[in-house]
Amino acid sequence: MSDQRQPVTEDALHALADGRLDPARAAEVAAALTDRPEDARRVADYQRINAALHAQFDPVLAEAIPARLRRRPKPRWTALVLGGGWRSVAAGIAAAVLLLSVGGVGGWYARDAAMAARQEQAAIVRPAALAHRIYVAEVRHPVEVRAEEEHLVRWLSSRLKIPLKTPKLDTAGFRLMGGRLLPTDRGNAAQFMYEDTQGRRLTLYIRSDLSGNRETAFRYAQDDSGVGMFYWIDGAKGYAITAQMPRAELLDLSKKVYEQLEE
Amino acid sequence: MADDDLDQLVIEQIPHLRRYAMALAGDRDRADDLVQDCLERAWSRLGLWRRDGSMRAWLFTIMHNLNANAVRKAKRRPRHDSIDDALPQPAVPPSQDDWLALGALSSGLAALPEEQRAVVLLVGLEQLRYEEVATILDLPMGTVMSRLHRGRERLRRHLAGDAGPALRRVK
Repeated sequence: MSDQRQPVTEDALHALADGRLDPARAAEVAAALTDRPEDARRVADYQRINAALHAQFDPVLAEAIPARLRRRPKPRWTALVLGGGWRSVAAGIAAAVLLLSVGGVGGWYARDAAMAARQEQAAIVRPAALAHRIYVAEVRHPVEVRAEEEHLVRWLSSRLKIPLKTPKLDTAGFRLMGGRLLPTDRGNAAQFMYEDTQGRRLTLYIRSDLSGNRETAFRYAQDDSGVGMFYWIDGAKGYAITAQMPRAELLDLSKKVYEQLEE
Repeated sequence: MADDDLDQLVIEQIPHLRRYAMALAGDRDRADDLVQDCLERAWSRLGLWRRDGSMRAWLFTIMHNLNANAVRKAKRRPRHDSIDDALPQPAVPPSQDDWLALGALSSGLAALPEEQRAVVLLVGLEQLRYEEVATILDLPMGTVMSRLHRGRERLRRHLAGDAGPALRRVK
């Protein structure tokens, strides 16, 4: 073997068997193997193993895909579960956070967290997401009562039986368009809609008829199409801020809403 | 890229995911369970896929993580089923090649430690580059190569008959 040649390593034998060497190097290694029958046999055996794997498992490629695998699940709201309050939201956004896919792989996550997340899905994420989808798409009737009508807040407050106010988001470029009353499974909810100059719409969903006496941290959820939501539950009250925009931007807006509502 | 195109990228990989899962799990139902879990996770996290990356590698990474977790859990439970129960049904009639008769290949794969089996299959069956395998399994290249080496040698000895009765001809 001349000095220019690289030594034939274990890795080179595998690479030769797998066809991962460039032609010159492959020829060189193959030539070296003429003096090393045991290594030559190993390379041949590795190739036969590869061929046998294909012979046994390639037929799977041609099989019809079972129906349960063909079906794409409906867009699902997934929640990023963050501990604590605002502080951990900021930390959580920066750090890698646990992605909790609700109703997904069983037993994958702590059961309590999954259960709590399912309840939140039903209580706030799903109804707020549905209402958002339906009404942001409305061109002529996005709101039931326009913001200019001064009874808007009074009316919705009386229906939800809590004093409501409409957060101001003008500094962020979002103007209140108005609001509407929505049904829930137990009572009433309110939706306020905002719009910016580019026509992007944001909704604030509020309900006040939740049963549990729970408080949650500020949480984020998003669907597959990039619509994001920040939501929280405070006793009987649940809030969700929903819009199609990057999470960081939605977080900024949601903080403004939160601060004004919790004042 | 439109969402439909993204969906299509995932769907195209399903046959490959099934082939790999069959070889990895050694059992059709467990394989399709694994693929289904993998797809559910992929659909729900599609927004996290780096669009300049390989969809195939991304999906295999998800599947690998799911499988590793399942294997860890199974290890904590006492196993009552024999290895024979886990053998896949032959997908094709035996080839002319006796030492690669299908039963021997299956029992050889089943006898490999999980970590070696994954590398042997990703390289030999999925024909992924060694670097891709290292990325998918989140391992240094050196570890991938040593697992490949140990796995292949073990499989080779098994197929050569060192493993005992599993390899005896049953003609």
